[in-house]
Amino acid sequence: MGNDDQSIGSTHIVGATWPLQLYRELKAAQVRQVSYVPDAGHAQLIDLFRADPEVVANVLTSEEEGIAISAGAWLGGMRSVLLLQSSGVGNCINMLALATVSRFPLLMLVTMRGEWAEFNPWQVPMGLATEPALNAIGVRTIRVERPADLLETVASAATLSYEADQQIAVLISQRLIGAKKW
Amino acid sequence: VVTPVPPSLDRRAAVAALLEDRGDLLVVTGLGSPSYDVHAAGDSDANYYLWGAMGSAALVGLGLAQARPDHMVLVITGDGEQLMGLGGLATIGVARPGNLAIAVIDNERFGETGMQESHTGYGVDLANVALACGFVAARTIHDMGGVKQARVELHEKASGPRLFVLKTTAENLPRSLPPRDAVHLKNRFRMHLGLPVN
Repeated sequence: MGNDDQSIGSTHIVGATWPLQLYRELKAAQVRQVSYVPDAGHAQLIDLFRADPEVVANVLTSEEEGIAISAGAWLGGMRSVLLLQSSGVGNCINMLALATVSRFPLLMLVTMRGEWAEFNPWQVPMGLATEPALNAIGVRTIRVERPADLLETVASAATLSYEADQQIAVLISQRLIGAKKW
Repeated sequence: VVTPVPPSLDRRAAVAALLEDRGDLLVVTGLGSPSYDVHAAGDSDANYYLWGAMGSAALVGLGLAQARPDHMVLVITGDGEQLMGLGGLATIGVARPGNLAIAVIDNERFGETGMQESHTGYGVDLANVALACGFVAARTIHDMGGVKQARVELHEKASGPRLFVLKTTAENLPRSLPPRDAVHLKNRFRMHLGLPVN
């Protein structure tokens, strides 16, 4: 099956070292479960987790499922992370009440679309709404603009989440990931 | 497809039978009447009651089942709640947890909001949806003998997830209200499992 979109979409991050570093950082934070709706920006990280026998990986039909799975994992003593694209944040809003009202640790890594050299206008509305929508429902957001800041930011977010019971979304800027190429 | 048999199970009796001699079973309940039914059957630190987040119950159960392969996990929820999380059945089918069972208390109504008919009342068959999603067993139960058989099975590990649809009569029973403080419920559940409270 030819899937040109996927092969071209992942080309722009080949050679990027941050997904591997991010994987190691999350492993060091004792993350043992990952849930995701795929995004080209998360492709390498998803592959690394899927290949790791110590980690349970769940592919989701919609992003809000990951909020619930993460909550259940915490009830049982497991640390979870949710990987999603900014468009998927809109799917999560009502479900985020579960995390905020229960004070479940929640770590979301959001790859941004619709904000930097975006060619697809359909990505723009949710790109604009991602941060205010998360803040409105009570989730704290931390933006990362430069690769040099990514690991420290995720490590900090992991501590805030798993140790201080916070609901944190790290927003990985489209400029950092690179605009999708066609 | 229209349900051939009118729902006849008493929901409180059916839930009590599911939870009989529950041992170390971990239970997650969907918002509304299933939470009241489980509370009426006897409060437990091993119950996590949802009061909102409609559509989340089965998936909270999945996360818990993956974290605690040493325990059986039972989700008790309603037809409306499970219908809102229909995609989650596909996610659970792919994840294949052998220690997770879902019991849908199906009165074919949205009970909390005025007993409006739900999709199951119009013929949507949740057991067949679950089978199509890869559940290793799923069936619709109309009598207490079937409930008791499900109770036996949900204590046994399987090769994947199970789903039981319990067809119950539509009635507004006296409410049996669990605590609403979700942080309290979370902490007591974790303490029950010997986990630290942050």
